[in-house]
Amino acid sequence: MPAPNTYRAGPDDRGLFGRHGGRFVAETLMPLILEVERAYDAARGDPGFARELSYYLEHYVGRPSPLYFAERLTAHWGGAKVYLKREDLNHTGAHKINNTMGQILLAKRMGRGRIIAETGAGQHGVATATVCALFDIPCVVYMGAVDIERQQPNVFRMKLLGAEVRAVYSGTATLKDAMNEALRDWVANVADTYYCIGTVAGPHPYPVMVRDFQCVIGDEVKTQMRRAEGRLPDTLMACVGGGSNAMGLFHPFLDDPSVKMIGVEAAGEGVETGRHAASINGGGPGVLHGNRTYLLQDRDGQIIDTHSISAGLDYPGIGPEHAWLHDIERIEYVAVTDREALDAFQLLTRLEGIIPALESAHAIAEAGKRARNLGKDHLLVVNLSGRGDKDIFTVAKRLGVEL
Amino acid sequence: MSRIDGRFAELKQSARAGLVTYLTCGDPDPATFSALLAKLPGAGADLIEVGMPFSDPMADGPSIQAAGLRALKAGMTLAGTLALVRGFRAQDKTTPIVLMGYYNPIHRYGVPKFLAEAKAAGIDGLIVVDLPPEHDDELCLPARDAEIDFVRLATPTTDDERLPAVLNNISGFLYYVAIAGITGTHSAAIDGVAEAVARLKRHTTLPVAVGFGIKTPQQAAEIARIADAAVVGSALVDKLAANIGKPGLVDAVLADVNALAQGVRGARP
Repeated sequence: MPAPNTYRAGPDDRGLFGRHGGRFVAETLMPLILEVERAYDAARGDPGFARELSYYLEHYVGRPSPLYFAERLTAHWGGAKVYLKREDLNHTGAHKINNTMGQILLAKRMGRGRIIAETGAGQHGVATATVCALFDIPCVVYMGAVDIERQQPNVFRMKLLGAEVRAVYSGTATLKDAMNEALRDWVANVADTYYCIGTVAGPHPYPVMVRDFQCVIGDEVKTQMRRAEGRLPDTLMACVGGGSNAMGLFHPFLDDPSVKMIGVEAAGEGVETGRHAASINGGGPGVLHGNRTYLLQDRDGQIIDTHSISAGLDYPGIGPEHAWLHDIERIEYVAVTDREALDAFQLLTRLEGIIPALESAHAIAEAGKRARNLGKDHLLVVNLSGRGDKDIFTVAKRLGVEL
Repeated sequence: MSRIDGRFAELKQSARAGLVTYLTCGDPDPATFSALLAKLPGAGADLIEVGMPFSDPMADGPSIQAAGLRALKAGMTLAGTLALVRGFRAQDKTTPIVLMGYYNPIHRYGVPKFLAEAKAAGIDGLIVVDLPPEHDDELCLPARDAEIDFVRLATPTTDDERLPAVLNNISGFLYYVAIAGITGTHSAAIDGVAEAVARLKRHTTLPVAVGFGIKTPQQAAEIARIADAAVVGSALVDKLAANIGKPGLVDAVLADVNALAQGVRGARP
């Protein structure tokens, strides 16, 4: 197949990026998903919707987020010039709200009176509950019982914001099960409910819709880098669980051939140990949660337990557009271990006074491996997708500190 | 004529509706399930749905989720499911077997290999919950080529505009899901179901089976008056689960199948 002249045209009308994506859902959901697609297509072409979204992104979320030149980190590694895209400075502390703001404004247009969401680390749950509080919409967040145990502060935040947090005990009681339960809720409440998916996965149109809402990240970087350096960056780096922060950074640059992009998966205790969450580096193609993509599964096609120090990367799949960009080799996907992420977490905190989310620390770790071997004129952008306050308990435990 | 077509033709001739039972393959363990499966036709099951266990059954309620996990824990696999049905078919040449489940295990197994082995095992139909008509090229069309009926679900959200797409390419029967929701929860109001079945019948000559929320012989009888078959799953799975570890498990489930069959058979005067 000849190389396409654009990497940004996908998906096709069935929601496919190459062989990935699609709409593998039960019939009960099909009419809803088609309705979401129609509503999104209409909103996308409506300047009024764009105006409303950009108003809230500026005045409520606090955009644009800075592109910060990390001088001490750059000096420490002694190679590439390192810039951090500060999504951690958004309201609620991560990139997630870019998407929830977009989707909930869409749900309002659709007249949906109830929002449901799944959450792993709790960041998407908090971002959803926040926007629901702002617009006075009832909100139910599904969360695995195991995740509730390890992310208590975010559970409390969601409750303060007025959301109902429903514990999910089925399966492995983690993010994938929360997503199953949210889909079950949606099937049973088709008439009034909107399902706000937190990442670039799920049935079409979610991967494209969430991508579009997150592209504000890459669009801003393009402008900001031009202002700072007068040109495009050379390398972009971001962590990938489902992959929404990475897709938001990468997508606007896909057709700029000089820009190299690296997605960083969670290798957990090491891809070779089997205890990881690296769908591309350690999984195979399969169908789950409405799309075909790379999945962690056993020989029988059963989804297997994932492991990562970072709850936000602890998911057995990856967005279908990432799977496709891997297949066609436009983006390189690597994996970083818990240990490396933990070291990077501490390094950035000490050198720059920025406590990164453990998710984002995976990207920092990979940046460290590469930056030292790159020239001083090489412009490297790392997406600092979230702040690490939520992770201090996990980190303290790993460092043997009692709080 | 497929085994499923033949069975519905017989039912029509006898002027009665059929009973379709659902149990998850390998629940609670392969040997017990195998014994149960062999006795289902004798207890009154006209068609048998055999669930292919999956770790992430998005359209199923707690009962069938738990059944799948029990079966997986007991070592059930897709290859094991095919082998178990092959064993059943060696003894029973007439009762149609429909495999029901999710796409990923089949996708992993490989569609051509799966269809060839399913056909050889004597499997008559497939219901794959997460394969809507938009993805017919994945399994529905290859199944048709392999002469295995591809059965689809229609739901209360399937409107007249969408129904033709749902009916396209399918054979055997149409499975009407009586509630918008997951398996094993609440039951639908019978008037609404009757109306829905009548609407479906205007669009298709295929037999219509109705399921989701049918628990008692009385409910099965109500459905039997308005549809070509009643499907009972979660209620049987619950009975099985309540008898795990007891010697009477097989008989307890068969007694319920028998009562449901009496309900279905006595429904029409």
